[in-house]
Amino acid sequence: METTMETNAAMPAESPLYNKRNYLNNGYSLRSWFLTVDHKRIALIYLASITFFFILGGFFAMLVRLELLTPKGDFMTSDGYNRAFTMHGIMMIFFFLIPSIPAVLGNFLVPLQIGAKDLAFPKINLLSWYMYIGGGALALFAMINGGIDTTWRFYTPYSTGHASGYVVTTILGLFLMGFSSIFTGLNFIVTIHKMRAPGLTWFRLPLFIWAMYATSLIQILGTPVVAITLSLAAVEKGLKIGIFDPAYGGDPILFQHLFWFYSHPAVYIMILPAMGIISEVISCFSRKVVFGYSFVAISSMMIAVIGFFVWGHHMFLTGQSQFAGLIFAALSFLVAIPSAVKTFNWTATLYKGSISFEAPMLYVFGFLGVFLIGGLTGLFFPALGLDRHLHDTYFVVAHFHYIMVGGAIMGYMAGLHFWWPKMFGKKYPEGLAQAGAVATFIGFNLTFFPQFILGYMGMPRHYHEYVPEFQFLHILSTAGASVLAIGYLIPAICFGWSLLFGEPTGPNPWNAKGLEWEKSLSPPPTENFSEIPVVTEEAYNYPDAEATVVTRS
Amino acid sequence: MSHGHKSEFLAHHFEDLEQQKESAALGMWLFLCTEVLFFGGLFCCYAYYKYRFFDAFISGSHHLDIKLGLLNTAVLITSSLTMALAVHAAQKGARGRTSLMLLLTIALAGVFLVVKYFEWSTKFHHGIIPGHNFQFPAEDLYGGATVKTVEIFYSLYYCMSGLHGIHVILGIVVIGWLWWINQKGRITPEYNVPVEMVGLYWHFVDIIWIFLFPLLYLLGLHVHG
Ligand SMILES: [Cu+2]
Repeated sequence: METTMETNAAMPAESPLYNKRNYLNNGYSLRSWFLTVDHKRIALIYLASITFFFILGGFFAMLVRLELLTPKGDFMTSDGYNRAFTMHGIMMIFFFLIPSIPAVLGNFLVPLQIGAKDLAFPKINLLSWYMYIGGGALALFAMINGGIDTTWRFYTPYSTGHASGYVVTTILGLFLMGFSSIFTGLNFIVTIHKMRAPGLTWFRLPLFIWAMYATSLIQILGTPVVAITLSLAAVEKGLKIGIFDPAYGGDPILFQHLFWFYSHPAVYIMILPAMGIISEVISCFSRKVVFGYSFVAISSMMIAVIGFFVWGHHMFLTGQSQFAGLIFAALSFLVAIPSAVKTFNWTATLYKGSISFEAPMLYVFGFLGVFLIGGLTGLFFPALGLDRHLHDTYFVVAHFHYIMVGGAIMGYMAGLHFWWPKMFGKKYPEGLAQAGAVATFIGFNLTFFPQFILGYMGMPRHYHEYVPEFQFLHILSTAGASVLAIGYLIPAICFGWSLLFGEPTGPNPWNAKGLEWEKSLSPPPTENFSEIPVVTEEAYNYPDAEATVVTRS
Repeated sequence: MSHGHKSEFLAHHFEDLEQQKESAALGMWLFLCTEVLFFGGLFCCYAYYKYRFFDAFISGSHHLDIKLGLLNTAVLITSSLTMALAVHAAQKGARGRTSLMLLLTIALAGVFLVVKYFEWSTKFHHGIIPGHNFQFPAEDLYGGATVKTVEIFYSLYYCMSGLHGIHVILGIVVIGWLWWINQKGRITPEYNVPVEMVGLYWHFVDIIWIFLFPLLYLLGLHVHG
């Protein structure tokens, strides 16, 4: 290891194309994987686990889309349909989206990007995965035994009263998963505070790190509230005591307040990490520093903070007072400001950049488009009068899928392609991957754009029968979902192909800036760096784009 | 390697003990923030329902045994003292005294749980069990209180003191583990971070009770009768 690394020289020239002593071949036993405390290995275990839950959630999405092909409920019973979309929501939100970028790319990259050997608490990191998979196992158990039909929101008094199935078991699973998420966030915050390499000041940090920091704040401050809230619902369901139950004078609206206190910020747990990835990728493929770096960094923190004060916009029509509604509406509009700061700054980064169109960058362009639509349609809801019309329609469904699928998953895909050569030291087939990005973009929009129109026309969510006029748009949506499925299949093929036949890439195939590219090998050694790097320059210090001819493979 | 002497307590991924200790402390404080919000949800429920069903809350609270509550408060505060003394002894390197103080803390935590057990079993005996044919003497209902709304108070009472009790039990487990590693000589003046961190946790458990005691027990003093 020591021989291959020169701290200050540009590495690529004299570094091996494929680092032979790396974290991947440091032990082959099951034990060396499932009892590992190496953040990179844990990231890979997470990658496998969340992919499993993504496929599961996708399966339920497919059931839902199939049912909605026809106006009549002829594929599933109403009850079956309720269970299908509930399981879709629970699997996708709690077991895929929330852990996705933090637990996989965050785990892998946080130490590498700040020049540390590992996260601050490697054993707790491993424990997080066990809590996650334990929670997942409980949710799976409930699913196999018929699932639940409470929707992912578990609104009382239904969830604590008549709802059948393993509601309490599922909640227990979410509780475990929640604390796994808390420990991941806690680990990141401590690591970012205490383990940065010499010279790596706060405003030299990669923007992905800023995004992970903001996300972690939400994880440690929001998640415990939903943990106690769902626990109370589980206790109420299991022991029949009264907390939210109106039969005792309890207040279901209180449950909604506590639930959304976490579950609105949870959206930012999904989208902020994606935004971090966008900043990294857009800078690399424009060969420019991110425009207004410090504004983009601070806007992540602003989103995290403001995000805690807007939850009431989910409750305009469920019994919250008009006055509270007004306040929450005003606060909700505020979130648009830091989000817009990011979008404008990304666009400005492209300006006069030396732009190239590799797969990660295609996902970024996809992200910019759909995030714009998803973000702007989000502003329809705090407009109180309009919300009355759009509440609980497919307009809402379309909006949050634009953010959570269009935004978060495209960001995740961009990141996965971008750092894949770092993680495995091998190339993926670029052309095929680009086709995957395009298919994802087309499939995604075909699936969800018709849902805006459906919702505006009055199609309510959670219904499995509808009036025949809506059928055409539903068919479009289902067709789009099929294309989207192909869009997800293609990267899977690319990555599989890469693992089997991919050529070695060398440590920095994108000629990117950042410690993980410039100071570590591909795949990185277990200790990440042969010696702790010293940082002497700002983030994204690309040579002037216009003056450089960039050669990339 | 490059740094010559490295402490046997230094984990491989830290540069020096100072960094390791600061990381542990920050991690613990963050965990306590999480805990504050975890209990915060319950305190929110309490605040809201107390505002809505004030009479029911003072009726329910009046029915709790202030003397036992007071006793437990004293017990828990004393255990915080013994825990602080354990931290002090560990820093001084007094292994025997550290172990003694840790055992005393465990013993006091045990007393707390025993008192709790008697409190709860008396309540159960009188049928004060939310959700299971809840009984509450009509003559103890003040103002506009109803049995149903008093039941909400008791649901919260059991949840709040129950969750706190779980934290006490967890505390006993980790303090027991501390005692064990101390006996094995893994706590030294050079490195005693585990004792300090568990100490923080234990004081937190104590503070939660300091809030629970007035909210649950003293509220009933509004009733003069
Ligand atoms: Cu929201």
